[in-house]
Amino acid sequence: MPEREQEFLEYVQGGGQVEAGDWMPDEYRARLRKFIEMHGNSELMGVLPEREWILRAPTLQRKLALTAKVQDEVGHAQLIYRVVEDLGKSREECLDDLISGKSKFHNVFHYPTKTWGDVGVIAWLVDAAAIISQKALLKCSYAPYARIMKKICWEESFHILHGRDVILTLMNGTEDQRGLVQEALDRWWGPLMQFHGNPIPTDEDPMFIWRIKSQGNDEARQQFLDGYVPQIWELGLTVPDPELRKDEETGRWHYTEPDWDELMSVVTGHGPKTEDRLDLRRQARENSAWVRSVLLAA
Amino acid sequence: MIYEVFRQERKGQAFQHAGSVEAADERFAESYAREQYGRRGESVALWVVERGSIMRIEEFVDELNRNYHRVDGYPLKEKLKEARERAAARDR
Repeated sequence: MPEREQEFLEYVQGGGQVEAGDWMPDEYRARLRKFIEMHGNSELMGVLPEREWILRAPTLQRKLALTAKVQDEVGHAQLIYRVVEDLGKSREECLDDLISGKSKFHNVFHYPTKTWGDVGVIAWLVDAAAIISQKALLKCSYAPYARIMKKICWEESFHILHGRDVILTLMNGTEDQRGLVQEALDRWWGPLMQFHGNPIPTDEDPMFIWRIKSQGNDEARQQFLDGYVPQIWELGLTVPDPELRKDEETGRWHYTEPDWDELMSVVTGHGPKTEDRLDLRRQARENSAWVRSVLLAA
Repeated sequence: MIYEVFRQERKGQAFQHAGSVEAADERFAESYAREQYGRRGESVALWVVERGSIMRIEEFVDELNRNYHRVDGYPLKEKLKEARERAAARDR
């Protein structure tokens, strides 16, 4: 490793942060850009499963809340793509690569939302899993990204409340409503356990080595289990994993090994809803092309 | 054009860099900044400034090592220790 790169590595490992105009090694820039771009893609694609339920929301209040959440998530995509642009890739290029399937987005957004129970589970638990990753990014070595994460985490924190409110309302309702939540939890548990990625040790994870991420994948998953399994259990819901238990001595959760093949297949574009959602994104982009051209010509 | 956005969370607090927006002109920059950084009442004020208008200064060379106008020009620990010892010796 060249000396300048070594110095940079030591700087970020010592907690140092980097600004957009600063020198950075090519590998760092490339990894950072790819990671942040995927985050932007996920925010943008993440609204599609929820968008499907705006017209079918059970009350006006829920419809408004869901619409506002969708608006927030698209806003996050805008903030994030702006950071990617400063790293040398335009938003148009990001969108090209997204709809052609060249770049990725998070596994959880490749699945269908079958019932209103799914909407609650997504807003509560998927957002909870996401906020754990995002809070760890507040310490990202790339400062412009860390700064926008502050706003993003702040908004996600009330998305979780919205999700929890949806779930609690259903759990206080009829047997059928509780059934919807349990079924949705059964459907989402697998993807939720895959969400933080395979348990690669931090000293082998380039994202940790460059301090783009400040925690390891399994650490994030443990934090998720620690925070949310008790909340799931106290509502009388069952987590569909017979192996799931906390070792009180080590403080670690045991669980059935998540299906890493499924994760790999889904994020490389073979999820049950991947094609539909990318089609919708493609159409939306074509339909709004005239707006972009008018705005840019202003 | 890129506009940098600085936001103030509460009256009296310092403005902090929040992020940036891309806009064709100032009118759009204003509405994007409002939308992305003020929609939820998370800011009481924003400064929106075209990136090229920001002067960036990063080198602070101290050729003459003028430490007399900085805190590190006054290492008192050793001197204080000696003074205390002298005072104690005088009292004896």
